[in-house]
Amino acid sequence: MDEILEILEKDARVSVKDMAKMLNKPEEEVEKTIKSYESKGVIVKYKAVLNKSLLEDRKSVLALIEVKVSPQKDAGFDAIAERIYKFEEVKDCYLVSGAYDLLVVVEGRDLNTVSDFVAEKLSPLSAVKGTITHFLLKKYKEDGVVLKRKSGAKRINITY
Amino acid sequence: MISEKVKNMAPSGIREFFDLVLEMKDVISLGVGEPDFVAPWRIREKAITCLEDGFTSYTSNRGLLRLRMEVSSFLKKKYGLNYRPESEILITVGVSQGLDLAVRAIVNPGDKIIIVRPCYVSYPAVVELAGGKSLFLDTKAEENFKINLSRLSSLLKQKPKAIILNYPCNPTGVSYTKRELAEIWKVLSRAGVIVISDEIYDQLSFDFPHTPFPALPLAKGKTVYLGGFSKNYAMTGFRVGYACADKKIIEAMTKIHSYVMLCAPIISQFAAVEALSNSRDVNYMFREYRRRRNFVVEGLNSLNLPTIVPQGAFYCFSSIAGARFKSSLEFAKALLFKEKVAVVPGSAFGDKYGKFVRISFAQDIGLLKEALSRIGRFVRSRL
Ligand SMILES: Cc1ncc(COP(=O)(O)O)c(C=O)c1O
Repeated sequence: MDEILEILEKDARVSVKDMAKMLNKPEEEVEKTIKSYESKGVIVKYKAVLNKSLLEDRKSVLALIEVKVSPQKDAGFDAIAERIYKFEEVKDCYLVSGAYDLLVVVEGRDLNTVSDFVAEKLSPLSAVKGTITHFLLKKYKEDGVVLKRKSGAKRINITY
Repeated sequence: MISEKVKNMAPSGIREFFDLVLEMKDVISLGVGEPDFVAPWRIREKAITCLEDGFTSYTSNRGLLRLRMEVSSFLKKKYGLNYRPESEILITVGVSQGLDLAVRAIVNPGDKIIIVRPCYVSYPAVVELAGGKSLFLDTKAEENFKINLSRLSSLLKQKPKAIILNYPCNPTGVSYTKRELAEIWKVLSRAGVIVISDEIYDQLSFDFPHTPFPALPLAKGKTVYLGGFSKNYAMTGFRVGYACADKKIIEAMTKIHSYVMLCAPIISQFAAVEALSNSRDVNYMFREYRRRRNFVVEGLNSLNLPTIVPQGAFYCFSSIAGARFKSSLEFAKALLFKEKVAVVPGSAFGDKYGKFVRISFAQDIGLLKEALSRIGRFVRSRL
């Protein structure tokens, strides 16, 4: 993987100027490369990873929902997946192998909002044969980031 | 009460400075000679399992055969080196101990050993404690801190028993290409000296492939090759490394080892086996260090602290000649008090290097950036 992507994946706020220094490349070249990743869709967007459990005001609940569906003629799973992922409540949607077909991550204000979504929007879809909802109790790690204040040993400040 | 030898060791001014740094809070430290990464989880997890499984005993003096076999095949695969696990490899308590054993195994009282400066601080002390005498080969900034062959040749006339090499080098980051090493070996082989080669930073060679000294034609029999886990795998606290050499030398080193140390810690040895089994994390750290290197060298040079590009390791050895300080110790103290940035005075690495400081880039890039801006402010205030 290009080092530019490695840098951005870890910290999207590193400036083009600093990246150019780190990689020993002209700024224009770095800029151009990033632009091309953006236009190709390799870089989809830049966003912050939040630990919402620390927010006082806006708490939300997440649920992982296993969805069993019957694939449709000619469209396979894609059509039904699209039906589902277009709901704004759906954060992530994956087609998976195994005992069920789609893994859908839904975010809502509270338990009721999520269960209403499942009962009123998801389950009634004719292609949906069944759902199992897992409410998420605690996030330990998201997108490679451990959601915990750093602790552990500190290096001493000076050694040979 | 204390022996003369010990009393005379270590430059005292530097010790004082270190104590100052250790007492101060909120310092951005570029004074550290170890990775800022923690050892990869797979390695730590292995150590935990090892404890759970009850591996709390001694191992054989030479170290776990399993680890020696892994070291042997690692060196074979990576560098084409052939060391026999049964007789030519010793597992040590870090390269530190490997170095001490190597020197003690070969030095008779009064024997001379060439040390290339600026150098890692333990070399002169280890030679001294073993009853040897150091011959210093001081490299120069205007020669990019590389070994000058004609000065090497003239030192060899004093019939030294051995030379200690270190590349990539702490504190300069200097390393040598295969061709440069061949030139050095040509001079050394004629003199018949033993080469103790500290290659602890071997996997942090940024600009060209690393060539181990024993990989040079006919050099293996004359070389004590020292390698370790501290830097490459961010395992400084595990205290484990390896020495590879001719059977006779390894036997002699093992003899001392069996009396003074018995063996390296068993948990660390298992962790080292795990370390060698995968290079993904090493490769990641390598790229990160290289990016930091580029960033910091550019920064320092633009601040008028001339810095040659370190080809390996994670240090810049920067000249402070333009900043109007009596010595690098004064510079480091003032920088610490005014801007809370710690660097190591160059005089720690040889008395001729009072106009340099060692700046470690084994630090988070965000902190490096902040430190550079503080150093910039500091340097400008002195102009
Ligand atoms: C050149 C050099 N050799 C040896 C060591 C010590 O390594 P170890 O932790 O394996 O004893 C260091 C550590 O800073 C070093 O820089």
